[in-house]
Amino acid sequence: MAVLVNKDSKVIVQGFTGKEGTFHAEQMIEYGTNVVGGVTPGKGGNKHLDRPVFNTVSDAVEKVGADTSVIFVPPPFAADAIMEAAAAGIKVIICITEGIPVQDMVKVKAYIEDYDCRLVGPNCPGVITPGGAKCGIMPGFIHNPGKIGIVSRSGTLTYEAVDQVTKAGLGQSTCIGIGGDPIVGTTTKDAVELLMNDPETDGIIMIGEIGGSMEADAAHYVKEFGTKPVVGFIAGQTAPKGRTMGHAGAIIGGADDTAEAKMKIMAECGIHVVNSPAQIGATMLEAMKMN
Amino acid sequence: MNLHEYQGKSLLKSFNVAIQEGIVANNVDEAVAAYKQLQEETGTEFAVIKAQIHAGGRGKGGGVKLAKNLDGIKEHAGNIIGMMLKTPQTPGGLNGEGKLVRKVLVAEDVYAPDFDANKEFYVSILMDREKKCNVIIYSTEGGMDIEEVAEKTPHLLHKEYIDPELGLQSFQTRKVAFNLGLSGKAFKEMTKFIASLYKAFLGSDASMFEINPCLKTGDDRILAVDCKVTLDDNALYRHPNLAEMRDTDEEDPTEVEAKSFGLNYVKLDGNVGCMVNGAGLAMATMDIIKLSGGEPANFLDVGGTADAARVEQAFRIILRDPNVKAILINIFGGIVRCDRVAQGVVDAYKNMGSIEVPIIVRLQGTNADLAKKIIDESGLAVHSAILLQEAADLVEKVLKG
Repeated sequence: MAVLVNKDSKVIVQGFTGKEGTFHAEQMIEYGTNVVGGVTPGKGGNKHLDRPVFNTVSDAVEKVGADTSVIFVPPPFAADAIMEAAAAGIKVIICITEGIPVQDMVKVKAYIEDYDCRLVGPNCPGVITPGGAKCGIMPGFIHNPGKIGIVSRSGTLTYEAVDQVTKAGLGQSTCIGIGGDPIVGTTTKDAVELLMNDPETDGIIMIGEIGGSMEADAAHYVKEFGTKPVVGFIAGQTAPKGRTMGHAGAIIGGADDTAEAKMKIMAECGIHVVNSPAQIGATMLEAMKMN
Repeated sequence: MNLHEYQGKSLLKSFNVAIQEGIVANNVDEAVAAYKQLQEETGTEFAVIKAQIHAGGRGKGGGVKLAKNLDGIKEHAGNIIGMMLKTPQTPGGLNGEGKLVRKVLVAEDVYAPDFDANKEFYVSILMDREKKCNVIIYSTEGGMDIEEVAEKTPHLLHKEYIDPELGLQSFQTRKVAFNLGLSGKAFKEMTKFIASLYKAFLGSDASMFEINPCLKTGDDRILAVDCKVTLDDNALYRHPNLAEMRDTDEEDPTEVEAKSFGLNYVKLDGNVGCMVNGAGLAMATMDIIKLSGGEPANFLDVGGTADAARVEQAFRIILRDPNVKAILINIFGGIVRCDRVAQGVVDAYKNMGSIEVPIIVRLQGTNADLAKKIIDESGLAVHSAILLQEAADLVEKVLKG
């Protein structure tokens, strides 16, 4: 049943009663996501959006069986929120928050390794399994249930790809926004691997950008274990060296993390690389026909 | 955020990292006073005048000079303050226009008297994205371009990864000192230097420290002679004293202004401006411009709320660049409704009187059709599109005239 989230996921929102948390929790509920409650320390015992508010994530796990959390906590407290979710036994932790200090994430990454959980993000649009669950800030209506899995470091560029896939007559199994920070919980390779092993996914779109080596790692995985067509795009072919392009992680450090270098490795590993972001959907359709 | 050398050194010193002492000066009189004070405090005979700009390779462009007496101080400080310093890292490189020097650091001469006993090392600390932990990178080949060392003699470059939970261990500082070939007092000094430096790195939420050169003096002290410090912008809220060190004179004035309006803008050299919501889509839009026969004139992320006021500011900033021959607006409306953005574009356009360059507006997502209608019926000379490929084709058409 797709990956990471589905209609049976018991979802809580951390930062539930805040402005962002409230707005997006409403949208998630409207989409049909099984939101079972939320967490705001100090507001436990109340009801919000007709759902229970808890003081701690542990309470939410114990009382309503939460297994998935979407985090809308402000940057100074977000790292703490991720660790709380992991320690409480949440299995899928999706952190939307942008602007978490890198050293906080270094600690978080090490901390959550001891727990049986998966972190997606931070600085990401979230995860959606169309028709099942929307856990994040993406516009639900552009998605259609289908067989294409999408992995991306960006928000609106993911929506662009989703839209093209939908317009090409294909739908999506699960779309995973892994986030634009230098340290993210789920890497491109992790996400591609999940989709490659998902019986309900027939094709994968992998959208990367300049900076880091995640796309190259994913490409090597595809070469060795790939059984489904993969279409890839790297944003930032025209980005200058040494400048941060919006996302904290989007910065060219050396010769290996330019768009050109990544696209070359991806093509060598059998990925259908598109130069134009306008051709993602059409190329996926072609690749599916060829298969 | 980058710090000047003098700011970085004061940060290091506050964590007990030994540094080459110095005093910053804004003019020749201050440089003279700094020299006298430095002589009293350190006993240095000579002094080094170092231009303070955010770029490396300052010595190559004449931005670092040794003064042997008061006249030398006056001469070099006078020459360097106010000069347009060209280095391999300033815009356009050694043949570019350079960067204005506003300040110099008057620093003690730490190399005299026993020149042969000096040894220069390289030490840097940064976060390794692959290993997801901090790493100390060090080499016996100090004072050189480290990228060259990495390429030609990679075996002389050492790395020490730090456990995120347990932190830097004593055996690791000893390993660094041994690998740098030190013994006796210098060995002990190096272990202290590395431990303090790592504390400073964590304590300031830095994303990079580069100490090059890190000097072993004739009397076996270990000193940071130069330092390049980059701080994590996302962590500045924890360090208000460091945030205050931001020198906007060193940044592009338009980028600083854009930031004050909540716009993330990076100036580039091309002929097609762009205005996009989201960083990834903004980069992809730049790529589309290139594929359509143009060159991107900028990166510009308007963020989540593309209202009329913000769109207008974005227009003004893009149009300030005389090279801009066309503007592509690419908005994928999710939570943001496209009809609102379209109205914002129309209002901004009308507020500005007349815009001479052709504008291509591509709005997709929530209420895209309604948005196209608003643009098409506004009577403005704006090309509208819904699909990204349509927008690309329009850019190509406009550029061909």
